[in-house]
Amino acid sequence: MTKKQKKVLYRIIAAAVLMVVLHFVPIQGYARFALYLIPYLVIGYDILRKAVLGILHGEVFDENFLMAVATVGAMLLGIYQEAHGQEGEFAEGVAVMLFYQVGELFQAVAVGKSRRNITALMDIRPDFANIETESGELEQVDPEDVEIGTVIVVRPGEKIPLDGVVTEGSSTLNTSALTGESVPREIREGEEVISGCVNITGLLKIRTTKEFGESTVSKILDLVENSSMKKAKTENFITKFAKYYTPAVCYSALALAVIPGIVNLLMGNPAHWEVWVIRALTFLVISCPCALVISIPLSFFGGIGGASTCGILVKGSNFLEALAKTKYVVFDKTGTLTKGVFEVTGIHPSQTFEGNCESNERAAAELLRYAAYVESYSTHPISRSLKEAYGQEIDKAKVTDVEETGGHGVTASVEGVTVAAGNARLMKRLGLTYAEDTGIGTVIHLAVNGAYAGYILISDVVKEQSRSAIADLKASGVKKTVMLTGDSKAVADHVAGLLKLDEVHSELLPADKVEAVEALIAGKGPKEILAFVGDGINDAPVLTRADIGIAMGALGSDAAIEAADIVLMDDNPEKIALAMRISRKCLRIVYENIIFALAVKAICLILGAFGYAGMWLAIFADVGVMVLAVLNAIRCLKVKGK
Amino acid sequence: MKKTYKIEVDCANCALKMEEAAKKVEGVQDATVSFMTQKMKVEFAEGSDEKAVMQTVLMACKKVESDCEIFLD
Repeated sequence: MTKKQKKVLYRIIAAAVLMVVLHFVPIQGYARFALYLIPYLVIGYDILRKAVLGILHGEVFDENFLMAVATVGAMLLGIYQEAHGQEGEFAEGVAVMLFYQVGELFQAVAVGKSRRNITALMDIRPDFANIETESGELEQVDPEDVEIGTVIVVRPGEKIPLDGVVTEGSSTLNTSALTGESVPREIREGEEVISGCVNITGLLKIRTTKEFGESTVSKILDLVENSSMKKAKTENFITKFAKYYTPAVCYSALALAVIPGIVNLLMGNPAHWEVWVIRALTFLVISCPCALVISIPLSFFGGIGGASTCGILVKGSNFLEALAKTKYVVFDKTGTLTKGVFEVTGIHPSQTFEGNCESNERAAAELLRYAAYVESYSTHPISRSLKEAYGQEIDKAKVTDVEETGGHGVTASVEGVTVAAGNARLMKRLGLTYAEDTGIGTVIHLAVNGAYAGYILISDVVKEQSRSAIADLKASGVKKTVMLTGDSKAVADHVAGLLKLDEVHSELLPADKVEAVEALIAGKGPKEILAFVGDGINDAPVLTRADIGIAMGALGSDAAIEAADIVLMDDNPEKIALAMRISRKCLRIVYENIIFALAVKAICLILGAFGYAGMWLAIFADVGVMVLAVLNAIRCLKVKGK
Repeated sequence: MKKTYKIEVDCANCALKMEEAAKKVEGVQDATVSFMTQKMKVEFAEGSDEKAVMQTVLMACKKVESDCEIFLD
């Protein structure tokens, strides 16, 4: 509790004690009023002050005004009763103020606490950076003061404060604060590291490559802090609602206080002013819109907080809200549904080549070895994946007479044997018959000693989670899943079939992707949302064009963080469905609160107007609804299946 | 020019009132108040003196919500 809140608590206790004591004090008449005025002022002076200030500043209708009018009215009614020889009821006004303050205090404490919880979950801000001094000791400095190119030391257990490259040491990193992924990441000398990860095992020396303000951790913090600034439609609705609601209620209360009395007088009956005035006051107390005004931003903030602990950064409540209505999900292929790295997926030696070797496995290994050697001078991604698949050191001295033919392939002498590796055109040129019925992907045919030796298939591998991710999306109400790719039709259709996508557009240029998305947007219903998922590499225009742009694998990709509305910190496509589930839950809670609060208020207002609900019930309804709505809103923070 | 200020405000409705008040101040292009993060983000109009503008913003906010605080540093 803050100092302010503690002060309110003491005032609540003091006023409550005074009220209990006064209940037993046998004083009658106006002296009783004077005594009840003490706890009333103790508990309510600030509300009265704010109400008066509000009126002076032209801000008439707010909850302070409602409470002030209701309680002052109740006190005056007590005096009226005394003046007519009855015993005045003063406790009611004090009690209403007391409960109102209890409610406000609870709200302040609960909201403050959940706010701190959420910010603590998202707390990835490093406190210091270690710099080695000339005497070899470590000095702690503010990360903001570290210049680019400085070597910093990160001990086990510490957060990496700035982005950089490891110059010394190896370790494992815990990236869970950034990605929500609990599997630690191995890191070695020469590799890039990003700030916000926690160093687990070894001492690392890191040469920084970015200033603190430009580091990943700052970017993410900035994003999260600004996320609540973009308000959801529901939030704006409540703001507008409150603007008209409070004056409307005040005028209705006034009407309730005056009209029945006048009608009674006109009809020749006694006016019963006090009956209708107390009903009007009750009406005022019930009508406080606090539950809505507080719980809805809290729900969205909780949802955003909960999502960020799973490595899903949502840039605003509006996107969280829109996500629940997503009906079309458009994917980029490479890097999103597939790993975006080429791997050897098949080695197929020809029969003649196999016949020269002892076994099938032996032939395959031999074929791969030749391919890796002949391509060893190339830096093409394909040759890199061949070398990776081979996995052993390549003695480049064994490769001579390398001859590369653009658009065909390479020929070279490997350990004195002539090897040719390339596409079908190369085989044709060499006058060889080659296997035509290959799988999907990039094919490298090999000829050894002038004879066709078989082919190696290299393709982009589909992520393990892609299939279940698509199924998840479908299960959670997505109408259509679409894949856009620049890749060939054969590859695209193969991947789409594997993942059970509804629609594929292949052989697209980046500009075609925008057009394809625009066509989809034009064809969808007005309330349906289209989300585009990409890896942030050269699909920034599409990310901005879609209703929601989702960038994945954003660790280290600034462009993606900038362009997207929702950023997945790792590259697991299953997170999209998870984000949708979080969004749905959050929205469900928001609607629950709206309906619950309005329903209870409406019922109480009607009961109050007809005199079935007194002021006690009114204040319980108001505070109770608020407490329940806040507690419900806090549920948004918890994410299932984490 | 955008700047973010730390604020102290007790209720969500008060934060909204502050936002409305700040938006009306001359020299303020746009203002957003986040109750949850207790921050106010102000976008200043071109050529306005941010210090002077923020003083007016503070006064305007105090007027609608006497308990609020904006930390101008």
